[in-house]
Amino acid sequence: MCLAVPGRVLTREERDGTTMAEVDFGGVRKDVCCQYIPDVETGDYVIVHVGFAIQRLDEESATATLDSFERLGILEEEFGDGFALAARQAGVPQVGPPRQTAQHGEKPQGTAQPETTS
Amino acid sequence: MKYLDEFSNPELARKLLDRIHEATTRPWAIMEVCGGQTHSIIRHGIDQLLPEQIEMIHGPGCPVCVTPLEIIDKALEIAARPGVIFCSFGDMLRVPGSSADLFRIKSAGGDVRVVYSPLDALKLARENPDRQVVFFGIGFETTAPANAMTVYQARRLGIENFSLLVSHVLVPPAIAAIMEAPTCRVQAFLAAGHVCSVMGTGEYPPLAEKYAVPIVVTGFEPLDILEGVRRTVMQLESGRHQVENAYPRAVLADGNPAAKAMLSNVFEVTDRTWRGIGMIPASGWRLSDAYREFDAEARFDVASIRTAESAVCRSGEVLQGLIKPNECAAFGRECTPRNPLGATMVSSEGACAAYYLYRRLDLVAAPRG
Amino acid sequence: MVNLLPGPIEAEGWVCPAPLRDSPTIVMGHGGGGALTAELVAHLFLPSFGPAAADAGLGDSAVVSVGGARLAFSTDSYVVKPMFFPGGSIGDLAVNGTVNDLSMAGARPLVLSTGFILSEGTRLADLARVAEAMGRAAQAAGVRLVTGDTKVVDAGSGDGVFVNTSGIGLIGDGVDIRPERARPGDVVIVSGDIGVHGVAVLSCREGLEFGTEVRSDTAPLGGLVAEMLATGADVHVLRDPTRGGVAASLNEIATAAGVGVEITERALPIPQAVRDACGLLGLDPLYVANEGKLLAFVAPDDADRVLAAMRGHEHGRDATVIGTCVDAHPGMLVARTGLGGTRVIDLPLGEQLPRIC
Repeated sequence: MCLAVPGRVLTREERDGTTMAEVDFGGVRKDVCCQYIPDVETGDYVIVHVGFAIQRLDEESATATLDSFERLGILEEEFGDGFALAARQAGVPQVGPPRQTAQHGEKPQGTAQPETTS
Repeated sequence: MKYLDEFSNPELARKLLDRIHEATTRPWAIMEVCGGQTHSIIRHGIDQLLPEQIEMIHGPGCPVCVTPLEIIDKALEIAARPGVIFCSFGDMLRVPGSSADLFRIKSAGGDVRVVYSPLDALKLARENPDRQVVFFGIGFETTAPANAMTVYQARRLGIENFSLLVSHVLVPPAIAAIMEAPTCRVQAFLAAGHVCSVMGTGEYPPLAEKYAVPIVVTGFEPLDILEGVRRTVMQLESGRHQVENAYPRAVLADGNPAAKAMLSNVFEVTDRTWRGIGMIPASGWRLSDAYREFDAEARFDVASIRTAESAVCRSGEVLQGLIKPNECAAFGRECTPRNPLGATMVSSEGACAAYYLYRRLDLVAAPRG
Repeated sequence: MVNLLPGPIEAEGWVCPAPLRDSPTIVMGHGGGGALTAELVAHLFLPSFGPAAADAGLGDSAVVSVGGARLAFSTDSYVVKPMFFPGGSIGDLAVNGTVNDLSMAGARPLVLSTGFILSEGTRLADLARVAEAMGRAAQAAGVRLVTGDTKVVDAGSGDGVFVNTSGIGLIGDGVDIRPERARPGDVVIVSGDIGVHGVAVLSCREGLEFGTEVRSDTAPLGGLVAEMLATGADVHVLRDPTRGGVAASLNEIATAAGVGVEITERALPIPQAVRDACGLLGLDPLYVANEGKLLAFVAPDDADRVLAAMRGHEHGRDATVIGTCVDAHPGMLVARTGLGGTRVIDLPLGEQLPRIC
């Protein structure tokens, strides 16, 4: 139901009374119907599903979301678990579930920090 | 792809996973509604990386899985008729009807074509004025605007040899139906991000309230899924049940007004039978009276078809998260991806097909991590 | 490859262990190079052809001993649509495909036959282009086109040009390259970018067209294989991952040798343009066809040598290690995902289809 990908509008034209655009998906280009984004402009990013732009992609919001992920755990890294820090510094590879600082059901020691919901 | 690849960043995924692990203190059952989300979870191995206490229940948000058997059989009948070019998304070609699938019809001489967009089908109709071109219009609210616009264009451009076999289904009624089931175990939902790109988030607060479940609008890339799960767990752990938008770059509260206007023009709400689940009132869309002439069911006068679902298939219970695929007696025996009895074993994100792969790995005890 | 039945079976009723799907007719999936094709071979062809058919091996080529020499013999038919695509044509595929099948047995390709089935109404200009491409490809591959045949069918029966090429190659002394030789510990190497050919062809297929710079990677690999073997390294398996992509080939090798294969997704050389096209259509690059690429299973001590030799050749510049052969999960291909999870990568059932979900 939901395979939709973001692409950048290269050109826009009216064809048979419909707003069509050539959209660039990082090198792959496809004609897309933009009738549902009437004020679409070249350079805009749109989300495309089965040949139709269904919504604009808000670039600032995308960047803000990624930044919020970067900021997650900043406090954790300052006050976090000593063993895990040592392991990382020793270059012990960590794959699979991340370092467990407590058994399930206990709050991790020394990592209580306010949750920043964005 | 820009604004896509960044949302697979492994370091950021690790941070999100750490937060989820820290926050989870109790078992939780979360349903991801959309088949695309299920696909992403499996494809990236996300459910192996989440805390063991979190159970992701794969929801019925997969049009392949829930398109009613009757409609599949009608599609097969229409596709087999001479003079018809039957166009479909690739997803539907292997879905079993009562006794065949579109691949089988193709091999028997039916002109069945895979297209990327319904507009490709319209183009075929223009290029083949002596043939009847039918497009299989399945999908959730995400896909409906594309189908609506195509029919609207057909009318405007006077393309009379085009018709739509419609089987649209709606998410909010499905959520309600799932929560109404007495054996329901779902405690929270990841709502389908691209459905909400079209429809907005307004239909969800009443559901969150009525059933006391968090509903977090979630995207599809690994970081999006993890963020959706993180916010859901935060709510569950603190006893909240609100609607949150964890996919703000693609979802606005009001959705896409132009698309919604077209949808209410071209479609009208109808009762819809969800394969394996049963009839959910007011859970689907069909063409409105103004566009009835483009309805393939009417145009081809496909008589009421006798459908015969496999007697042993329990995909409905799987779709509602009531049983796990391996709890079905036919799982891995009569029913495998090569010999599917129901749609959940066909679709690449169907729960049964997904389980089939995982169970095999568990059985041979592969080293993990 | 697949478990052979103890004897021929009745064509009327399929029996265990893995009965064909209940279908009285051929479907497109039977040509996909995946599980359905394997079933057709195991349950329909081999039982009729007799036990000796399987003895010659189920790799890309058959190996037959003739008067003290070991010959590789291979055949392949080409039905690609469209006939002409960015980077090549059905003619290039027809020559390079069979040349490569021979090379994958470690053989030096020598001669090819060409059989054409043409629909009435095929444009001569198109056929001429195909023939020219075949001539050029043969020259580049160092093989001779020595015999052939042409048939014409009614305009409704075919769809343009179908080509079959069969080829003979000579296997040197001591060369023993076949899927069954894969062993735990082997290093799995791919000779370059994957998913290229399939994307190039899809980009001009009706109903899916999209603009892209991607051009087919069709190429003859005899020279590359010769360089690899010249190192004296212990190469166990060679396979060109055509239909069904890397996923199909690795599954087949895992099953033939009874070993597990593990690959690391982040190590897979997938060009951005292929990723983007696959992202748009919902395809997995692991299942997308390749043409001028090979997979090699090499004894671990020799891997570096082989890699160096490959990178010195024009068709192996981007050769890279993508995984290993393991004891665990025999017959199964498992991938470590970018996030550190794992997923089983199954044999594709039939053709990969674009999806909306």
